[in-house]
Amino acid sequence: MKQKDIEQIIHDDHTGMSLIVKTVARMMIAVIILFAFYIILYGHLTPGGGFAGGVILAIAYTLMMLAFSRKMALHKFSDFWASFWDNIGMLAFIILGFLGLNSGYFLYNFIWHGKPFHLVSAGIIPLANIAIGVKVGACLYAIFIGLSIYGRLIIKEEE
Amino acid sequence: METFFIIMLVLMIIGAIIAVETKNMLSAVIAAGVVGFGVSVLFLFLKAPDIAITQVIVEVLSLIILIRVTTKADNEAIERKIDSFANIAGLVFVGIFVGFCIWAFVDMTPFGTPLMRVSQHYLSAGLEETGAANTVAAVILDYRAYDTLGEAVVIFTSILGAFVILRSRGKKKIYEEDYVKVGIPE
Amino acid sequence: MVVYILDMVILVIGIYCLIAKRHLIKKIIGMVLMEYSVNLFLILIGYRHNGIAPILMPDENRVHFAQYGVDPLPQALVLTSIVIGLGTLALMAAYAMRLYEKYRTFDMSEIRRLKG
Repeated sequence: MKQKDIEQIIHDDHTGMSLIVKTVARMMIAVIILFAFYIILYGHLTPGGGFAGGVILAIAYTLMMLAFSRKMALHKFSDFWASFWDNIGMLAFIILGFLGLNSGYFLYNFIWHGKPFHLVSAGIIPLANIAIGVKVGACLYAIFIGLSIYGRLIIKEEE
Repeated sequence: METFFIIMLVLMIIGAIIAVETKNMLSAVIAAGVVGFGVSVLFLFLKAPDIAITQVIVEVLSLIILIRVTTKADNEAIERKIDSFANIAGLVFVGIFVGFCIWAFVDMTPFGTPLMRVSQHYLSAGLEETGAANTVAAVILDYRAYDTLGEAVVIFTSILGAFVILRSRGKKKIYEEDYVKVGIPE
Repeated sequence: MVVYILDMVILVIGIYCLIAKRHLIKKIIGMVLMEYSVNLFLILIGYRHNGIAPILMPDENRVHFAQYGVDPLPQALVLTSIVIGLGTLALMAAYAMRLYEKYRTFDMSEIRRLKG
């Protein structure tokens, strides 16, 4: 999709929601994604973690899909990449677990724990948080791709 | 504090009854949202901020999914037909269940004094053993990481099932026939 | 005790909805209500009077934290269970859409009648 098509989607009144929703969504989506990464990275120090951050990540792209159109969201983050990041997150978590076998048991916290209350601390917990966050975010975004693409057939036939 | 919990729970019960008994499907879905957000507020006051954050966001996403499913079918006609046997059976079961609940809750520890045999160790030695300031993160990803692995597998399987069910006609046929009619992107 | 029973009332409303209602989306709503109720019940069990959240601050007294912190174990279990609930809700929604596509109705008794 070219730059011209994207601008047409943004300024067209017939695709997606109204102009107010589009303007607010355009400003908010980057902030929501930033907040999601903050929640994931600081999961071992403050409330949050991989699950909450992953769902926030999914909701940012869902907002894009609802406000602009499905075409725009699939252009930014297509279904192939959603399944790719889903698998990468799952594999990263399992590989972290198997690395622990080297010095103890499965999912052993093998990295040096570091100073408490700092960002680099707590061994594998921040790494596992990142893996879980990527996995949950891509997975829940894939649900919406599925409900949107395949569910479309039902509504269309009814009309 | 307990009075506040009781007020919130009564509000949530009213929301649940409206969600079950109303005829319009969109109102029912939104009334179920009252229960979800009430649960989230209660989590915050029960000193569980991790779960409160997650519950708010998950509630928004599940409202989107449920509204997506709600179509303009003749919902009210379905609701008007009353199956009296199912109603009576449901009410009898509900009565038996509440009776057993009251009988079982008499032996539980009173509200506010939990039995903490395992968790006491997590609270007092969690920082030295894992290095994480957030004890919930320490329990999820260190002490009980197998749970998290199982959760990841479960959500992976449920997404897989949803995709298989939704894609009813096979990939190739959709691309050939319905591409013009529906406009599925490449 | 009163709090536990009021929580169980929500579970019971969910079960009644699951048994007595004919509409497919109403049944899904009943499942969702039951799930909220059970999550809330697990958290209610772990609450302590005058409790503090199980998250350490750098200048916090460790003995006071161990004495008054609420139970972190149910919180960890419920955190995973909430996200699983979203996955199963999506699966149920997919089933409902598929059944509507095949039978053109959400009525459970009609779906039973039009077998095949």
